[in-house]
Amino acid sequence: MSRWLRSFGAFWYDFVIGDDWRGAAVVVLALALTALLVHAAGVNAWWLLPVGVIVALGWSLRHAIKES
Amino acid sequence: MNSAALFLTVFVACAVEAVEALTIILAAGLTREWRSTFQGMAVALVVLAIVVAAVGPALTLFPLWVLRLLVGALLAVFGIMWLRKAILRASGYKGLHDEAGIYERQVAAARAASAGGRFGVRDWYAFTLSFKGVLLEGLEVVFIAITFGDNQGNLGLAALAAAAAVLVIAGVGIAARAPLARVPENAMKFAVGVMLTSFGTFWGAEGAGVHWPGTDAALLVIIPAIAIVCLAYTALLRRTRATIQADVPPQAAAASSAEPAPAGATLPTTTGPTTTGPTTSPTAEPAAGSLTSEEMPR
Repeated sequence: MSRWLRSFGAFWYDFVIGDDWRGAAVVVLALALTALLVHAAGVNAWWLLPVGVIVALGWSLRHAIKES
Repeated sequence: MNSAALFLTVFVACAVEAVEALTIILAAGLTREWRSTFQGMAVALVVLAIVVAAVGPALTLFPLWVLRLLVGALLAVFGIMWLRKAILRASGYKGLHDEAGIYERQVAAARAASAGGRFGVRDWYAFTLSFKGVLLEGLEVVFIAITFGDNQGNLGLAALAAAAAVLVIAGVGIAARAPLARVPENAMKFAVGVMLTSFGTFWGAEGAGVHWPGTDAALLVIIPAIAIVCLAYTALLRRTRATIQADVPPQAAAASSAEPAPAGATLPTTTGPTTTGPTTSPTAEPAAGSLTSEEMPR
């Protein structure tokens, strides 16, 4: 049963996160910060997620090149 | 997003997935056994139908902002991963996604695997290979069709585009009876990656409470902006790689190179006919038991 659960978890991790967790981490962080700025500080932070996405992609590429 | 753009985005994204699924099915069917391969495919399609039946109505239970937040985040993550691979391939850091090569490795692995049946299936290897391939690729097709269709309020058109893509690729595959190696997969992946990332960013931020300047028209800025950044990343990586190769002795460079002189890696020029000649011969590649992480669908 635990083996099946591990496989199930690994399948979904691979499906959603993929080769590199950095992209997912930055997107989640940027979305959380955006929501915080919008709802707590009243700042319409539309620019934050696009910047986060570009940074996440650059970070992930840099890591991939270092590994290669 | 108008209807044509919705149809085109979903069609291209699903076509890429269908090409990958076809490669796996052909490898299993031609080298092992068609009956078990089709059984694996059929079971995977049943599972996918159950997922659609369960997820489709469940989506309507969520408030729109929750849906946009979750879907936006997932699309952005998917898009970043697609772009990462497309840029690494286009800049030569990773081998181009070669369907013929993947097919040959699959064939070698399928031939090396031992025969044997289970649960009434004659060839368990062919069954599981086909099942996994169709399920994984199909989940992405389902996800893209449902999220784009639901967010645009036109689920029917998105489903039609996904079905059309699968049918077109299946038809071409049946006609060619070979993996579709000449499909410009990297260029398609790049284009779809830009769309997934752009729409994910747009919907995700909206779900977080943002009001985009210009509302929907903001997409007309986000899409080209992300495309330009990705092209810039590609150019930068190519230049870096060229500089590194110039500093390394030729023999060492040849040994360490992932893809020698990736002429076909140029994003806008990787075009060509959609079918290829047969590549059913056994290969010198080591027989891998399963797909590598690079070859696993996403």
